[in-house]
Amino acid sequence: MTAAAAPALKMQRRSLYPGWFYLPAAVVYSVLFLAPTFASLYFSLTRWTLFDATFIGFDNFAQFFREPFLIQGLVNTVIYAVVTSGLKVVIGMALAVMLTSQIMARGYLRSVIFFPVLVSTIGVGMTFTVLMHPTQGMINQALALFGIAGPGWLVDPKLALFSVALVDVWKGVGLATVIYIAGLVAIPKDYYEAARIDGATRLQNFIYVTLPLSRPATATVITLSFIGGLRTFDLIWAMTKGGPGFASDTVASVIYKQYQAGFYGLSTAGNVVLFILIAVLVVPLTMFLNRKQGHE
Amino acid sequence: MTKTKLFALMGASTLGLMMTANAVYAQQSGYLSFLIDNGPQSVAVAEAWVAAYTEKNPDVTIDIEVRPGGGEGDNIVKTRLATGAMADVFFYNSGSLFQALNPAQNLLPLTGEAFQANVQDSFKSVVSAGGEVYGAPFAPAMGGGIFYNKPIYEELGLEIPKTWDEFMANNEKIKAAGKTAVIQTYGETWTSQVIVLADFFNVLAEDPQFAEQFTANEAKFATTPAALRSFEKLQEVHDADLFNADFGAATYPDGLRMVAMGEGAHYPMLTFGIGAIAETVPDHIQDVGFFALPGDSADKNGLTTWMPDSIYVAKTTASPDLAKDFVSFVASPEGCDIRNEAVGATGPYMIAGCELPADVPPAVSDMLPYFQEGGQNAPALEFLSPVKGPALEQITVEVGSGIRPAAEGAALYDEDVRKQAQQLGLAGW
Repeated sequence: MTAAAAPALKMQRRSLYPGWFYLPAAVVYSVLFLAPTFASLYFSLTRWTLFDATFIGFDNFAQFFREPFLIQGLVNTVIYAVVTSGLKVVIGMALAVMLTSQIMARGYLRSVIFFPVLVSTIGVGMTFTVLMHPTQGMINQALALFGIAGPGWLVDPKLALFSVALVDVWKGVGLATVIYIAGLVAIPKDYYEAARIDGATRLQNFIYVTLPLSRPATATVITLSFIGGLRTFDLIWAMTKGGPGFASDTVASVIYKQYQAGFYGLSTAGNVVLFILIAVLVVPLTMFLNRKQGHE
Repeated sequence: MTKTKLFALMGASTLGLMMTANAVYAQQSGYLSFLIDNGPQSVAVAEAWVAAYTEKNPDVTIDIEVRPGGGEGDNIVKTRLATGAMADVFFYNSGSLFQALNPAQNLLPLTGEAFQANVQDSFKSVVSAGGEVYGAPFAPAMGGGIFYNKPIYEELGLEIPKTWDEFMANNEKIKAAGKTAVIQTYGETWTSQVIVLADFFNVLAEDPQFAEQFTANEAKFATTPAALRSFEKLQEVHDADLFNADFGAATYPDGLRMVAMGEGAHYPMLTFGIGAIAETVPDHIQDVGFFALPGDSADKNGLTTWMPDSIYVAKTTASPDLAKDFVSFVASPEGCDIRNEAVGATGPYMIAGCELPADVPPAVSDMLPYFQEGGQNAPALEFLSPVKGPALEQITVEVGSGIRPAAEGAALYDEDVRKQAQQLGLAGW
């Protein structure tokens, strides 16, 4: 380890490029990323009307955590992230296994599954809102043909969040599948041959070869969809606006509503909270996933 | 560009005509942008005014920009004002939402304009801040109450309820007849607030000091019985199971259509809905009547009124004189006539000299007695207090859907308004 690192360090010291080569990137990075980040840290400590900002210390954070629906929003956010990333892993893996096997119209099926990823999220949200209408929606009308009284997908406070999560999975699973397909194709054939010689069944093939060797793909899918789930906003806003009541509010939609109401300082404080929440959840998660990978 | 050229050409070719016109009416020229909300009525009336104004002033070009309504619209208006990118002239609410625009900083005062002499003082008070008047009414006054379907009332032999108990008794009869008694449309959350907001006449009747005490952080919804009653009424209609099956997903246009076509008997709403009914289901406009949200006693029966939205001029406008001239045109009797022509009459005007046509729809004539001599009315809370919490519509969806009991909903709303009061820097919060 140390022996390998030493020459790399030496290379860095004797870099081919002069220091000012970094300047353009540094300027862009400071103006577009660093400055707003520190400005928002400051504004999160003020009562801000866009024109004048009164410094009020940590009152915004106190207020934000007093928001009666915030705790529910936090819980909802985590539920949403876990449900969507979990389903994307399971379904994405299953689809990838199917689509890497020798089946008919494989190319066509692959593109069909990827297609929803390309559609605008707002468009998907509005379409499903119509489909999920409790009385005139196509889903419940189809269920009625079989004599099933469909639930109020988006208007039942117990179901609304999960309905949106399902749509998110439908829309996002294509990307997970593609990542898995790439991961599965990269597994050397030798392992499968060796397993076949040992007399492994298809199930054993999957459990002992495919599953462990696709761990890098799993790590990517989980990280991407978990972060996506934590900061999800567009689909929720298009479908329920956090409703009914506050039943499907996530941290991002709570923040947006504060912004909409003109509480700019408060919503900036909310964004700082969201930033910390994502960091606290995702950094250990990636460290965990990557460590596992290193042990292979 | 081509439009401007066209107007220029037209202007040149009719130079002679213009010279004569100049003698009676000071011709305007220039360009205005005009931001309006996307309500079908606003669009129709704005287009009619722009067409009439540019016909009188061929050298003027006015571009209409459309924005969404509700919270989304508030956001756009505030952001554009704050960033100095506001249209020259725009429509927006009066009352508490107007106060949140920081008028002294963002809007052009219209206090000294000649047309203000004709505008009623009650309206001026809701578009004034720091002694200056900033707006002009572009619509008639409104009432908040209940639209009812007249054929259902006739069929079941029902009387217009004067008390809440009579209203609930009517609802039971309608339900027993197998019809939807109360329409709710939580697909558009703002509509869920109407029962609570329109009950405010009854709150004031019991507790005349409520608005001032509420602003001063001395009275609360949860602890003032008359105010808590507003939330309880919403819970009562939910608990009695009177709603349409799709109340959680139905939208505002659905609600208007349902009450007009008899798919439901009552729809709590503001009277601006009359215009939309006239537009979407004109054959049924005669079937819709209106009454105030009933209180607990028959002799205290009055209407909660809403001041119309207002037209404002942004301080950043490049052509303040043209903008003021356009506003005074909108707020003139001529402007009212154009409005009557474009979207019909939906209520009494706040401008002296503006007349209602003789054949107003029944829902309008039902509303007028509350405004006339001997009628009782009181402004909605948002015109008496700048404090309005942004989450009321979510809370009323919860109370109306049975997710949260009335008392808890009222207490949650008391928490919600605190932020608004603090943001406005009010004393006592």
